[in-house]
Amino acid sequence: MKSDINAIYVIVAREFIKFVRERGRLISTLARPLLWLFLVGGGMSKMVSPDMGMPYMQFIFPGIIGMTILFSSIFSSISIIWDKEFGFMKEMLVAPVSRFSIVIGKALSGTMVSTFQALIIVLLFPVIGLKLGIDQILLILCISAMLSFCLASLGILIATFYENLESFSVIMNFIIMPMFFLSGAMYPVKLLPHVLSFLTRINPLTYGIDALKYMIFPEKKLLTHDFTLSLDIAAIGISSIVFVILAAMVFERRK
Amino acid sequence: MTPIITVENLTKKFGSITAVDGISFEVEEGAIFGFLGPNGAGKTTTINILCTLLSPTSGGASIDGHDCMKESSEVRKNIGIVFQDNTLDKELTAYENLLFHSYLYNVPKTERKGRIDDALNFVGLYERKDDTVKKFSGGMKRRLEVARSIIHQPKILFLDEPTLGLDPQSRTNLWEFIAELPKKHAVTIFMTTHYMEEAEICNKIAVIDKGKIIAQGSPEELKKMVGGDVIYLKTKDNAGAIGEIKASMDLDAEEKNGEIFISVSKGDACIPKLINTLADSVVSVRLQRPTLNDVFLKLTGKAIRPEAVSGGDELKESIRSYRKKFDRG
Repeated sequence: MKSDINAIYVIVAREFIKFVRERGRLISTLARPLLWLFLVGGGMSKMVSPDMGMPYMQFIFPGIIGMTILFSSIFSSISIIWDKEFGFMKEMLVAPVSRFSIVIGKALSGTMVSTFQALIIVLLFPVIGLKLGIDQILLILCISAMLSFCLASLGILIATFYENLESFSVIMNFIIMPMFFLSGAMYPVKLLPHVLSFLTRINPLTYGIDALKYMIFPEKKLLTHDFTLSLDIAAIGISSIVFVILAAMVFERRK
Repeated sequence: MTPIITVENLTKKFGSITAVDGISFEVEEGAIFGFLGPNGAGKTTTINILCTLLSPTSGGASIDGHDCMKESSEVRKNIGIVFQDNTLDKELTAYENLLFHSYLYNVPKTERKGRIDDALNFVGLYERKDDTVKKFSGGMKRRLEVARSIIHQPKILFLDEPTLGLDPQSRTNLWEFIAELPKKHAVTIFMTTHYMEEAEICNKIAVIDKGKIIAQGSPEELKKMVGGDVIYLKTKDNAGAIGEIKASMDLDAEEKNGEIFISVSKGDACIPKLINTLADSVVSVRLQRPTLNDVFLKLTGKAIRPEAVSGGDELKESIRSYRKKFDRG
């Protein structure tokens, strides 16, 4: 038990040291959401009717926070493939620690990094004309941390199936991008056709972004949240547990 | 002596390929055991089974009385490993690599710093402890890995081709540390190599080829399999000397390319007698002892050749820069 806690500590501390040492990584991962928020959001604002209840740039703000978390969490977890290929994972796997603690440690590393990045995006709220109280910001961070943990666990589960980074573009194009588009980040879920609507409902990111909308726009309008907060939290929580358990099971399996 | 590693009828198949084919051996506590064979013989697969990374298709293995399959946690606590590929975290400093290792193996808090400093001193890297590993040369990385592997005071140390890809000087340097280990740290060493001369430091060697152990014994025993030593002798009068050797020492001697060629079982003991017998006539003496390469040649009909260092490391470096782009992108 003690060594499992130590293992979690080691993995998180290692990620923290690397995050602090590689500041370039922070700036480059923040570039993507900023481009989407100001270039896509700014451009689309002119096309979307103002009588929808809020400017388009404000509407996509929760989605952009979700996007930051999505990319950051999954990239953080995918470094497992990197560790597998370059050996460090072997050092972990022969150590007397459970596979479960490796998965938890890695998921918490992703949570730490992603929540921090989400915070930076959240703090841009005055720029796009939003008003958020400190209590709202704290709640947004809670939701962000939960969503980060969930998506980082998903990333670990994905990473357990791949041995090398050649598959990276497959993961990017067939998992990450569809998850982003089918999450209600760019357009309201309820306006989608049936098939797509179904896909958004099995996507944990949908519920994360919905919960963020709930915190950012407390007043229910046409473009605000679609589900109840308890459904959102239950969906994120249950999928996190499922991902962590599956990932630990796949890890445990020896060839 | 009780065996600390026991392997019985161990077999590992990958699909239709049999990597390890029913091998059995024992390693005694405190020994340096060498697994000698060409690339692809099944050495790394055996290590991976022993250190709980792979499960065997059949047969069993146990370490210090613990089954490698059923009690993997007990096994992991008692072993240290230096893998063929570097498993250090290059972005961290030497000290951080060892510190994290000490956490993973539950080294008591009060002992962490002392053990890390000792290990770094042992491999001569204390001065570089705060440098990130990416600044280290190949030889330094290997030494750091050896230092890391002893931090948790394992009973058994696995070294999988520890000198692969190192220049001759770093290799010699590393072997000096490894030969010191059992004396300083009371550890049993299990090593694999395909460099014949490296296996000479072992107490016991198992020669493996195509997944099967084809011979086991001490280096001396194995060398006896290919016959004894050969003494090459130059004298002022070769014909006379041959007559003298045959008559007074009862040895078989013949002349080859101006040298006298004598096959004996113990060359080192024979040379003084030869010189006594022939006295001033001797111009030069040379002793050739069988090498493990001769053993391997005799057993398999082919020589072990150290393969050229693969381009693997360079490839990995290029993937590394590729991956950095992903991280940012």
